[in-house]
Amino acid sequence: MKNQWPLWEVFIRSQHGLAHRHVGSLHAPDATMALNNARDVYTRRNEGVSIWIVKAADITASHPDDKAELFDPANSKVYRHPTFFPMPDEVKGL
Amino acid sequence: MHAQNNVGMADTGSPSASSLDEREARFQSRIDDGIRVEPQDWMPDRYRKTLIRQISQHAHSEIVGQLPEGNWITRAPSLKRKAILLAKVQDEAGHGLYLYSAAETLGITRDQMVDDLHTGKAKYSSIFNYPTLTWADVGAIGWLVDGSAIMNQIPLCRCSYGPYARAMIRVCKEEAFHMRQGYDIMLALCAGTPGQKAMAQDALNRWWWPSLMMFGPPDGDSVHSAQSQAWKIKLFTNDELRQKMVDQTVPQAEHLGLVVPDPQVKWNAERGHYDYGDIDWEEFYNVVKGNGPCNRERLEVRNKAWTDGEWFRDALVAHADKQAQLATAQAA
Ligand SMILES: [Fe+2]
Ligand SMILES: [Fe+2]
Repeated sequence: MKNQWPLWEVFIRSQHGLAHRHVGSLHAPDATMALNNARDVYTRRNEGVSIWIVKAADITASHPDDKAELFDPANSKVYRHPTFFPMPDEVKGL
Repeated sequence: MHAQNNVGMADTGSPSASSLDEREARFQSRIDDGIRVEPQDWMPDRYRKTLIRQISQHAHSEIVGQLPEGNWITRAPSLKRKAILLAKVQDEAGHGLYLYSAAETLGITRDQMVDDLHTGKAKYSSIFNYPTLTWADVGAIGWLVDGSAIMNQIPLCRCSYGPYARAMIRVCKEEAFHMRQGYDIMLALCAGTPGQKAMAQDALNRWWWPSLMMFGPPDGDSVHSAQSQAWKIKLFTNDELRQKMVDQTVPQAEHLGLVVPDPQVKWNAERGHYDYGDIDWEEFYNVVKGNGPCNRERLEVRNKAWTDGEWFRDALVAHADKQAQLATAQAA
């Protein structure tokens, strides 16, 4: 099991004006090959106009166990949503 | 993405039996609620192992599945058919890659899976151990084998494991092309000379039963079914899917003017399904055990491709290492 190629995550912009979106991953020895392979594996049917590849090892992600700590505080801050504020029906433009 | 599935796996520690039961119960209730499991989430060991087996077998089937059809790429009857077949076989390579990636998120390495396939330790779908004797076989495979695969895979787009479900969505989109190009070949042959039509009938005769066997043993003999259904990594039973396939395919064969090679196939108005005859499960198990017409050849071809490509893979790594060294030297 020598020389396992690093894992790369593949992101594709499906059309101009949209953000790149994660579509999958692949192994390749270097960034150039990863890009070439991503083109063959993930864009055989005009799926994209641009590809990003990122070494999976370089991604820092939140841990599922931290979900409550990270995201629950937002639940008590409903005033961040415009619907929190009742507005008089007769006033327009709000 | 699997950037940090190691973290997810390391955090399980060795919980006491009761807390493990609790975790499993919580895991099951999330699945019951339709919440997808992602790589970093806690999951029971058996769920992980079952999925690794299921997804890697599926990946191996896509890879080995290239061989029977690849056999006809250089002998396709026209440039158009050749280009289509080439695209179809390339898709199957892609399917294998999507699925290997999905399996890797569960903690098995690509090298391990490839090794398991090449040493004969891992299984792949038995259907690919049958030979492609004529061009009509390429039509029958697209129509029946990819047809059965779609039947099996569409429900899996809703399975509980996120990376597997997402891979299946991509695969299913592409399979529709595979099935149609196969039926298109059959249409052309059946509209051709009597000899061409006979070739189509012969291919149907040989691929019909193996295609029905693709759904696996009858429900009564299927070992892991109940647990896999509870985990939502199997959404219909083998016999349910097989019945759907028969119901869908018999009218398609009639349209071609072909006869399915089973005298017991008959519409049953009461059941609302076609009845069909008994499957020769002895043949199935015999092929699974390695005694099908092409088992040895398939593995030999895979191993040869892997060995023949070794110098190239090594060269790519050497180049990558050299470039990385140069970059560090320049930066210093
Ligand atoms: Fe496929
Ligand atoms: Fe296919």
